Amino acid sequence: MSAAIAPEPVVDAADATPSGGKAKRVKKRLTSRTATFFAIVIAALWTIPTFGLFVSSFRPDTDIANSGWWTIFTNPSFTLDNYTAVFSESGASSASLGVYFINSIVITLPATVFPITLALMAAYAFAWIPFRGSSWIFVLVFALQIVPLQMALIPLLKIFNYPWLDIGGTFPAVWIAHTIFALPLEIFLLHNFISEIPRDVMEAARVDGANHAQIFRRVVIPLSVPAIASVAIFQFLWVWNDLLVALVFSGGTVRTAPVTQRIAEFAGTRGNDWELLTAAAFVGTIVPLIVFFSLQRYFVRGLLAGSTKG
Amino acid sequence: MTSLAGVAQGALRMEGFWTEQSPKLGFAAIAIVVFLAVMGLVMFLADNAPRKGRDVIQLLLFVLPAMLLLAAGMIWPALSTMWQSVTSKAGEFVGLDNFVTIFTDPTGQVVLRNTLLWVVFVPTISTVVGLAYALFIDRAKGERILKSLVFMPMAISFVGASIIWGFMYTYRSEGFPQIGLLNQILVWIGLSPYQFVETPPWNTFFLLVVMAWIQTGFAMVVLSAAIKGVPAEIVEAAELDGASAWQRFKNVTLPWIRGSLVVVVTTITISTLKVFDIVRTMTGGQYNTSVVANEMYTRAFRLGQPEIGAALAVVLFILVLPIVIYNIRVLRQHKETH
Repeated sequence: MSAAIAPEPVVDAADATPSGGKAKRVKKRLTSRTATFFAIVIAALWTIPTFGLFVSSFRPDTDIANSGWWTIFTNPSFTLDNYTAVFSESGASSASLGVYFINSIVITLPATVFPITLALMAAYAFAWIPFRGSSWIFVLVFALQIVPLQMALIPLLKIFNYPWLDIGGTFPAVWIAHTIFALPLEIFLLHNFISEIPRDVMEAARVDGANHAQIFRRVVIPLSVPAIASVAIFQFLWVWNDLLVALVFSGGTVRTAPVTQRIAEFAGTRGNDWELLTAAAFVGTIVPLIVFFSLQRYFVRGLLAGSTKG
Repeated sequence: MTSLAGVAQGALRMEGFWTEQSPKLGFAAIAIVVFLAVMGLVMFLADNAPRKGRDVIQLLLFVLPAMLLLAAGMIWPALSTMWQSVTSKAGEFVGLDNFVTIFTDPTGQVVLRNTLLWVVFVPTISTVVGLAYALFIDRAKGERILKSLVFMPMAISFVGASIIWGFMYTYRSEGFPQIGLLNQILVWIGLSPYQFVETPPWNTFFLLVVMAWIQTGFAMVVLSAAIKGVPAEIVEAAELDGASAWQRFKNVTLPWIRGSLVVVVTTITISTLKVFDIVRTMTGGQYNTSVVANEMYTRAFRLGQPEIGAALAVVLFILVLPIVIYNIRVLRQHKETH
């Protein structure tokens, strides 16, 4: 899947064929012209909605309420007031969006580190420590990807609320839930990668007297960095963009709820305050967009690999 | 300038903000450090395990943490949900009563109908548009950028996409200035503004368009890679035989990328069945727009009907199961042949 973004081809093979008569060339240009037209239409349809939201978030609230964002081309006026408003403590229903943004960070970082560490260890064991039942357990883990998140929510919440555990509505509950839901896919993906490490490399380490823990640290982790990066980016974005797990396990208070949950709540209670909604949505979107544009290659790879998660 | 002053004021208030928020960040940092320390300890134990039975001890230390979490957090909960789906709220076995409720009550039927519409239209729209776009921009100048434009919605959260489209669909009564682009277009061409999100039955269609908008990028990237894999000689040969662009597509490209097409359609179908956030954010399931994934959440966590929620989760599982199995089989064949 690494070929997802392909290099630019050098020549258009069709133009090089000697038999391409004049009529044919004209026809080809025509079809490519309609193709170009439709490509532009699709590209526009796929970008204009986001652009409109982005532009609106910088318009004064009276302008947003009284005219469409496309009027900025004739009547430009911009302000940062909407962002000040969503970040101010006094506005809306008390808390600043900044608090939720911090909550998103607090949720996302551990929920990315925990499952990858555990999945790496398990993947190594399945790939390189022979034991009875290894392949059966691995197939079972793989099969768990089929189970939709929804199947686990109610009982898991019950477990978190047991008196001896009692972590419902706290960060650790969200971390653990995300960790569990990430494990089947991550073990599978990392196993695919780790099992491809040449046997010679592993055996050389063994001959040198290294045990499993040493091989894992000195050979497997350094060699798996590209795979770890893809999986980590996918998991980071998945958790950052998640709403369902947050709604069920975070408790929904300002102490723990992430940005997505806050925005969804905004949409329900203040669905017509577009000056707030547009700015808030953009704040929630900025992190994924930065990750997307700066790490596109890893991102595409991770995304294609994890596309059925959930 | 006023806004700059506002930002400056905000920055001054930030001090209080940070004293309140930094403990949380500290908590996350400590959690990560403690976790990694524990894992380091596990490694240390594995290193220094008694020579006798070292392999077994190391194995257990490596796999047990993940396996215990999966057993407690997925296997047991899934079984428990299945059991809950055939019991009443009081915990007595009631057979398939909860499923009968879902399939017979009017709300339940609307939910199932909507889910069917999502599953039919989202994969179709995304795949057709994604494939068309991939073909149109194949070898075009600036292909990478053109791809990024359509792929970008995949980075945005479903919640963010819902807000973006909610804004596109915004409705103002006739005679008032429209602020949603789609209603403005209706007004421009002389029609009355329309309540896209609030008017059943078509509103379901306008909601599922958001999912299609997101998934098109996925379809496009995968299919574009597949198209690039079609050998140039075959295409050229077809061209020399005088095959038109459409014939070349139908007889050469399409058969060649069939495997990728199936993977794309099934993958999007699975994601579509599971998606919850769009309906939740755009309507909360009102105006007859709910789907199984959203209804499950509403029943279990909002309406206090966990047994119906459990049954809906099982319905979802049963719907997803055959597609996932098919998806995996195709994916495997695909890998073997390529």
